[in-house]
Amino acid sequence: MSDSLHELYQEIILDHNRHPRNFNKITPCNHQAYGHNPLCGDQVTVYLFLNPNNMIENIGFNGKGCAISIASASLMTEKLKGKSVPEARQLFEHFHNLVTGKTNKTDLTEEELDYLQPLTVLSGVSEFPMRVKCATMAWHTLVAAIDSPALPTIKNQIP
Amino acid sequence: MQVPSTHTPTVNYRNDFPVFRQKENKDLAFLDSASSTQKPDFVLDNMQKFYQSSYANVHRGVYGLSAKATDAFELARQKIQHFMGASTKDEIILTSGSTEAINLVAHSFGNQAVNQGDEIILSQFEHHSNIVPWQLLGQRRKAVIKVVNPQPDASFNLESFRQIISKRTKIIAITHVSNSVGSILPVRDICTLAHEVGAAVVIDGCQAAPHIPVNVQEIGCDFYVLTGHKLYGPTGIGALFGRKSLLESMPPFLGGGHMIRSVSFEETTFAEPPARFEAGTSNIVGAVGLGFAIDYLNRIGFNTIQHHEEKLLNYLLQRLSDIKGLRILGNMEKRGPVVSIIMDSAHPHDIATILDQHGVAVRAGHHCAQPTMKWFDVVGTTRISLGLYNSMKDIDQLIDGLMHVKKVFG
Repeated sequence: MSDSLHELYQEIILDHNRHPRNFNKITPCNHQAYGHNPLCGDQVTVYLFLNPNNMIENIGFNGKGCAISIASASLMTEKLKGKSVPEARQLFEHFHNLVTGKTNKTDLTEEELDYLQPLTVLSGVSEFPMRVKCATMAWHTLVAAIDSPALPTIKNQIP
Repeated sequence: MQVPSTHTPTVNYRNDFPVFRQKENKDLAFLDSASSTQKPDFVLDNMQKFYQSSYANVHRGVYGLSAKATDAFELARQKIQHFMGASTKDEIILTSGSTEAINLVAHSFGNQAVNQGDEIILSQFEHHSNIVPWQLLGQRRKAVIKVVNPQPDASFNLESFRQIISKRTKIIAITHVSNSVGSILPVRDICTLAHEVGAAVVIDGCQAAPHIPVNVQEIGCDFYVLTGHKLYGPTGIGALFGRKSLLESMPPFLGGGHMIRSVSFEETTFAEPPARFEAGTSNIVGAVGLGFAIDYLNRIGFNTIQHHEEKLLNYLLQRLSDIKGLRILGNMEKRGPVVSIIMDSAHPHDIATILDQHGVAVRAGHHCAQPTMKWFDVVGTTRISLGLYNSMKDIDQLIDGLMHVKKVFG
């Protein structure tokens, strides 16, 4: 296997693809958004529960997609649980720079790596420009969910 | 494992295509011809020669160069006429591609043939370009779209059309060969059936024309479209065959230069077909290039092309069927050289990325045929499509890549 392919399909990515974390619609949920890539038909829905302090108290997702998009969504939910909305936006910016190759993983300080981990496992995507959208679809959908008007949570709590 | 050769010896057409002589593409297994084909030297060289020695606007100038260009352009129309088996070259309209051709029919023919409550019949396996123009027509004319489903094996039978067709059917728009799974539709019988109720048949021949001989008179269709870039010709050029009597009764699609007889601010009268439907300066060099692509195919001959591609297709299907956890969409007896596959463990995009690393180019996704994908209950597929330049080696390379996919994804 070529190095770049090896980097792309690391075991941790394959694992998140096979067993995506937080792969469910959460209850309660007060923000959600649907993301769709018309080119490949991949789809993802991100569910959020933001508390009054603008913190992501809970996050989940479901959908259909390639290994990169499912793993990226799964890693994103793990990373963002308990983070504030501004932190989430900032992490997306750093993540975006990483997968588009604007930031090189090897240029990151240990502190920065620590701050971003485990999202850095997706840095191999930067070698595959056609796959950047797969890695960022869940994140774009997350932002859409944050920016969407809040859903009435009472209704959500009734199953 | 190799399928034994029967009569025609294997010829290597790969050498005719300069793209494969580039260092980085020397080992490229290009298996995405259904999307667009590569271009042979013969087409490229002749297009350049035309630009260098015979180019001017057509149907305009009195000077020699313009006459020369007009001759070449009209010769291309004639080549397309013979290629499609039309009875006169006035039945051939040059368009920017099949999409424009279908939209032309939907407007110029559809607007007057279809009225409120009428029906337009499509097959389940159409490309979006043979769905959306009819939906738009349906909205304009308040007509109903009806869809004919395939058999469980993904083939189509005439009976399914017979069940849906009615006296209100005005247009049947169908593909000749499905672009995503390769089903071949019984176009000739469908035309006979349609004409019994006075409906017109529009055939999307984009995936048929590169692989099987097309004869619009034998098929008996009213309209037939093809595109140049899937036929080893340039992009931006396509052709529409329309039955002469229908073309003559149709109003223009686009207005502009060349499509008129006379223009005043009070009234404009229109030229006869095909000029009536070719507003503005045509894609002159594109048309000439498509003519040369047809010459190239005719020199090889469809007997040889079909034999070559059938042999490859059989080998491909056989090798694919040996892979566990891999499903071929559709198990019809006859198909065009287009095969869609699903692997249990891997998504089409992941498959295509790994295959790319093996120097194998395939298409991943819904292939502009979302209703087809829905029928198979998949989001997308990995599509392998064959062309003249492919060989057994390309298929072996594909299989190696697929084995690698299995290694990564299990």
